[in-house]
Formats: sequence, C-alpha cells, structure tokens
Amino acid sequence: MDVNKNSYTFGFAALMVVLVASLLSVAAISLKPMQDENIEAEKKQNILSTLGIEVSREKAAEVYKEKITDAYVINSSGERVEGDAFTVDLGKELKKTTNSQVFPIFESDENGSKSYIIPLRGKGLWGPIWGYLALQEDMSTVSGAVFDHKSETPGLGAEISLSWFQEPFIGKQLFDGTEFMSIKVVKGGADEGDMHGVDGISGGTITADGVSDMLEERLSNYLPFFTEKMNTMIDLEPDSILLDTSMVYTLNSL
Amino acid sequence: MSKKKESLFSSKNRKLITDPLNDNNPVTTQVLGICSALAITVQLKPAVVMAISVLVVMSVANVVVSLMRNFIPSRIRIIVQLVVIAALVILVDQVLKAFVYDVSKELSVFVGLIITNCIIMGRLEAFALGNKPWKSFLDGLGNAFGYGWILIVVAFFRELLGAGTLYGYPIMEKLGLYELGYENNGMMILPPMALVTVGVIIWIQRYKNRDLIES
Repeated sequence: MDVNKNSYTFGFAALMVVLVASLLSVAAISLKPMQDENIEAEKKQNILSTLGIEVSREKAAEVYKEKITDAYVINSSGERVEGDAFTVDLGKELKKTTNSQVFPIFESDENGSKSYIIPLRGKGLWGPIWGYLALQEDMSTVSGAVFDHKSETPGLGAEISLSWFQEPFIGKQLFDGTEFMSIKVVKGGADEGDMHGVDGISGGTITADGVSDMLEERLSNYLPFFTEKMNTMIDLEPDSILLDTSMVYTLNSL
Repeated sequence: MSKKKESLFSSKNRKLITDPLNDNNPVTTQVLGICSALAITVQLKPAVVMAISVLVVMSVANVVVSLMRNFIPSRIRIIVQLVVIAALVILVDQVLKAFVYDVSKELSVFVGLIITNCIIMGRLEAFALGNKPWKSFLDGLGNAFGYGWILIVVAFFRELLGAGTLYGYPIMEKLGLYELGYENNGMMILPPMALVTVGVIIWIQRYKNRDLIES
C-alpha cells in the first residue's frame, strides 16, 4: 500500500483525529466526577486552612460542615442576597460589573469568636490566582490567608501557595483607623512593623503584585459590609461606657 | 530469516540507553530542551517531577510512533507525532487529576512544557520512525534519563546556592552557615543562571571528552 498517496494521507489524518478526539473525550467525561470531587474538597481544605485547621482531603467535607457555621452572598452595597456562597464562580463574577456581582462570605464561630472568610480571585503573571482571607471580628485583623494559582512559575510566582509567603499575613491589618489600606506585597521586603505589608518574592514580582491588586480589588467590594460590622461593634461599646458612667455615678453618690 | 534474534539487552541496545547520558546527551551535546531546563530548575522538586513525566511520555510516545511507523504518511508525520505526544500528555494529566490530585497540581504548568519539549519530537523523528518498538523504547528511556540528570544537577545547584534549601529542606540553615556570614546568592534563582550552569556542565564534559569539541 502506498502510504504517501493524497487520499491515504487525508484518510489517515481524519481517522487519527476522530480516534484521538474520542479517546480524550471519553477519558475526560468519565474522570470528570472524580476530578470535581477533588476540586471541591480542595476548596473546603483551603477555606479551613485560613482558620488554621489542616485536614486531609478526605476529611475536608466533614470538618467543613462542622466548622463553617454560615455561608452567604452579599451584593455591592453589603446587603445579603439570595445565593449559595460555595458554588459562586468568582472567575465569572469578575467579568460582570461591580453592581451586578455577588460576593460570597463564609463565617465560622469558634467558641463565640467569629471569623469571616473572604474568597479572592485575580490575575497572576500567566493565569488566574485565587485565595481565601480570614478576618477576625474587628474586620481588620487577618487571621489567616491561603493563595493558589493556575500556572505561575514554580519556584518563583508559584511560591504564593507556600506557607512562608502566607504566614506573614496573619496579624496584619486591613484598616488604619477607619481608612482602608488593604495589604500590599512589598518588593524587596516589607519594613518591620509594617501592619499593611508583607515580604515579596525574588523573581516573582508580577505574581506578587497580582496578589496585592487582588486583595485591594476584592476587599474593597466588601467595604460596606465591613463598615456595617464595625459599626455594630462600636454600637456595642457605648453600652459598656454607659455602664461605666452609671458605676461612677453610683460611686459618687455613695 | 536465518539471522539470530538480537537479545533484549545486547551491547547495541545498552548503548541506546547509555549514549544519551553522556556523549550524546540531548541537552549538553545536542542543546535541545533548553527552555524547560531554564524554567523549572529553580528547585529540585519540580525538576524531579518534570524528569519523571518526560520519562513516561517519551518512552510511551516512542513506542506508539514506532508501532505506527509503517502507516504514517511521511508528509504529515510531524503532525502525527505532535498529536501522539499531546494526546498522551492530556490523558496522563486527566488521570492524575482524578486519582492523584496532588501530583497533578505539582505538574500543572509542566504539562504544556512537555508537549513543546523538542527532545521528545526529536527522538520520534530521528529514531522511532525508523526503528522497532523495543529499541525505540530504550532510546526514549535513555534520552529521558540524559535530559533528567542534567535537569536535576542544575536544579540541585540552583536551589542549594540560590535558596539554601534542598528539596525544600533548609540545609544551609541547619548547617549553621548563616551565622558564619554566609548569604544566599539571589542570582541563582534568575533564569540566566540555568544557562550558565548548563554551560559549566558542557565545559566539564568537553574537557573530559575532547572528541566533542568542534574544530
């Protein structure tokens, strides 16, 4: 058989394409449920790890159910709206205008002290980066951060997914008084005592800048929500002051 | 055919594996696959993962193309080779994502890099198209090892000198060198130093084997 005939060449190409395409589609479709399960478990794992809870992927679903007490979505003015926080696809949300987006929040209640976990998504150097940031009840102190990426360079930008990069976020402040500062990744290293900056990555500056931009862009959308929560905190305080003055009053009258 | 069947590991077949390790190394002698050597040798771990993935893809692709060698129309042979490599890589990636998710995360960007690795296509074109499956398999293994050891050596020095760690283990810190005033060389992390390190390996290799020096 002459394998160099035009008809044979076309036939071979057509057959090859059909065979390979069906092989790959069968593989992709039959493996999809398992892959989705992994991705979902990983998301739960990430959310939990911002709270300082490290679990194996198998246990993630169980622990998630136990620790995450509430999950909801808000709109751009901070009002709670209909929707499932876990299934919100931030990649799609980011393409909409700010006013039509929804913003998921995960809440955890550990012995009365609440944490709020904000999912993040932005752009790295080669592709999307994402993460989760856990805030304490004051809406300013970071209690944990996790970042991940699709295709940043291993050893450089990809370092954002490692603990040495993520740990310094703990204890940083989003607000300076009432002014929103976000948290910046500082090239060349943040100054000691800088409450709004963490160390950058040598050779990974563009990815690190992506993290800064992501934090600022995403978190600024939650500002109405933050302010509301902070105000309720402050509202609580005058009560305690009232108590104090009444005590003083009682003391004086004695 | 009266010709005696060649044994599986005849000296000729063994040479298929040993040659690419040194004198006919795909990276240092043929200067192929440099782009991936540059991209993923900042740390040892990705380099090892990449070496293993290339090993699997290259040996399997070599066998597949060798089996099809009499049916492939020569005018579209390069496309056929590419399809074989790409299909294999995607298949492996899908399986990893489903069963060993952590490994697949580790591989993430390398998948694309494997497809574009010119060593693989080079071996398919130069060897598998004209040889039997077993020989092609050995040739694939040999070249993958030849590529892999260079990657691992380069990554070893870059991680050790650039970050002071080995496979993530902070060896320089444990040795107490920082207290003696030692500092990491940040330059090793930058891509050009991969080329310099490969250059040093080529230099040593040619110093030892003068036959490799072009006149």
